[in-house]
Amino acid sequence: MSLDNKEVSQIAYLSRLQVEESSLESITADLNNILNLVEQLSELDTDSVEPMAHPIKMTQRLREDVVTETDQSESFQSIAPKTGKSHYLVPTVIE
Amino acid sequence: MEFHQLTLKELQKGLSNKDFSSVELTSHFIKRVQNSELNAFITVTDELALVQAKKADSIIASGKMNDLTGIPYAHKDIFCTEGVKTSAGSKILDPFISPYDATVSEKLNDSHAVMLGKANMDELAMGSGNENSFYGPVKNPWDLSKVPGGSSGGSAAAVAAKLTPFSTGTDTGGSIRQPASLCGITGLKPTYGRVSRYGMIAYASSLDQAGPMTQTAEDAAIVLKTIAGFDKRDSTSADKTVPDYEKSLNNSLEGLKIGIPKEYFSEGLDDGVKQNILDAIKEFESLGATLKEVSLPHAKFAIPAYYIIAPCECSSNLSRLDGVRYGYRCESPKDLSDLYIRSRSEGFGDEVKRRIMIGSFALSAGYYDAYYLKALKSRRLISNDFQEVFKEVDVIMGPVSPTTAWDIGSKKDPVSNYLSDIYTLSVNLAGLPAMSIPAGISDNMPVGLHIIGNYWTEERLLNIAHQFQNQTDWHKKSPKGID
Repeated sequence: MSLDNKEVSQIAYLSRLQVEESSLESITADLNNILNLVEQLSELDTDSVEPMAHPIKMTQRLREDVVTETDQSESFQSIAPKTGKSHYLVPTVIE
Repeated sequence: MEFHQLTLKELQKGLSNKDFSSVELTSHFIKRVQNSELNAFITVTDELALVQAKKADSIIASGKMNDLTGIPYAHKDIFCTEGVKTSAGSKILDPFISPYDATVSEKLNDSHAVMLGKANMDELAMGSGNENSFYGPVKNPWDLSKVPGGSSGGSAAAVAAKLTPFSTGTDTGGSIRQPASLCGITGLKPTYGRVSRYGMIAYASSLDQAGPMTQTAEDAAIVLKTIAGFDKRDSTSADKTVPDYEKSLNNSLEGLKIGIPKEYFSEGLDDGVKQNILDAIKEFESLGATLKEVSLPHAKFAIPAYYIIAPCECSSNLSRLDGVRYGYRCESPKDLSDLYIRSRSEGFGDEVKRRIMIGSFALSAGYYDAYYLKALKSRRLISNDFQEVFKEVDVIMGPVSPTTAWDIGSKKDPVSNYLSDIYTLSVNLAGLPAMSIPAGISDNMPVGLHIIGNYWTEERLLNIAHQFQNQTDWHKKSPKGID
């Protein structure tokens, strides 16, 4: 598997990152080096192996359905880049 | 004896005997931090520290002292601290003043430990040399031209230079053990689930775990006792009693079975490091342990498996850093997409961007099975290797890092950095506890011995490390000019 510049630009967009035209070549090369490294896994026969997403055997704990959080919106919004009328503000999405 | 020459345990005794106050102690360490040129701290909280020290002194006077009351520490800048900047070494969180405390911060506050500041680290915990910090590299106190290791590089350098009696660290692929090894200090990565991850800025959630970085195993036992334990706010936190780790430190090692994986001594391991490790392991024979060669056949696959799994988890975790609710936002975004893309592109450094992109790719339609699922299956094989070996031996020993600390700026390409994590990554993939303890000096730089145990055996690991430290003095060696 080897990525070309166009694919890397697409991956960058999916990641909401911008790759400058001038550094596209070197980023593509870095990513391909990393993909070459991980290619090693193809040596392993894993057909009958159960995937391991988590190190410890545990099941999701459930809690009582009661209110545990108090309203802290003011404190949380005080550190936001831009707020107004208790909302987080971003550039207009719908005219 | 000056304060910084004492261990945490000795400082605890001095405070409890009222030989000195926490304010005196704290002032001494603040001065050392302020005079240091290591760049080990992102934020120094000197004023807050003195307020906390005064409070600690009043607690001590009232006779209600806890284990860490009045003891100064450096807190890795990945732990949220209410009212104090928590940047995780990233520009994107440079403006972030946390509105709440991480559980680890809360536990340290509850025990009235004194925070000297927030320790420097690789950006969002991604790196092995602390060269990826937005705030610049940290210098290794043993040789200022060398890296301290990473990602908890500031935490490790601060303990090694005796700027603090202890530090907190986090370990996703070796980030406590490797800098501990490269700086000649003691570091413990507990079993996954032992210490709460609540409020610890997530890198790869199925791998991240917090732990202590100290001068000695005894000190690590004291710190772990305070920060470990069940937390209902972390759904992966283990509901298990925390033992008194200090109690078993003096147990005998008679009959201990040590496994030496042959894969950890093959090509790529520096000769000097290898000799130090073999000599250190031999020391355990005189303490009553027996050695046995074992095999972890999938050891080399830890690197490819980790460098899929961790980027996948980080690409998902870091999507929350988008310039909307907190952190850095770009100037005058022209629309929402521009806001996301520019805030993230300007806010993240190169290594973080690479890992996000690898993760986005490996999780994308058409590639998920070939990369992510394949890595998760390989992770099972790596983990099974350990369980096979633990049927025969109690612990595994080997090197932490294939080399001693390298020159700042010498590893330009990402893959060569990744290869240096060969011995540490598999422990995180399996979720096991492991330590690095000082075990030798090679070319004037410290070497750490890796001790890996089965799940929930921190008590035994600390006991083994303490017995080694009773027998040797590698942990007492200091960098030149620091005494």
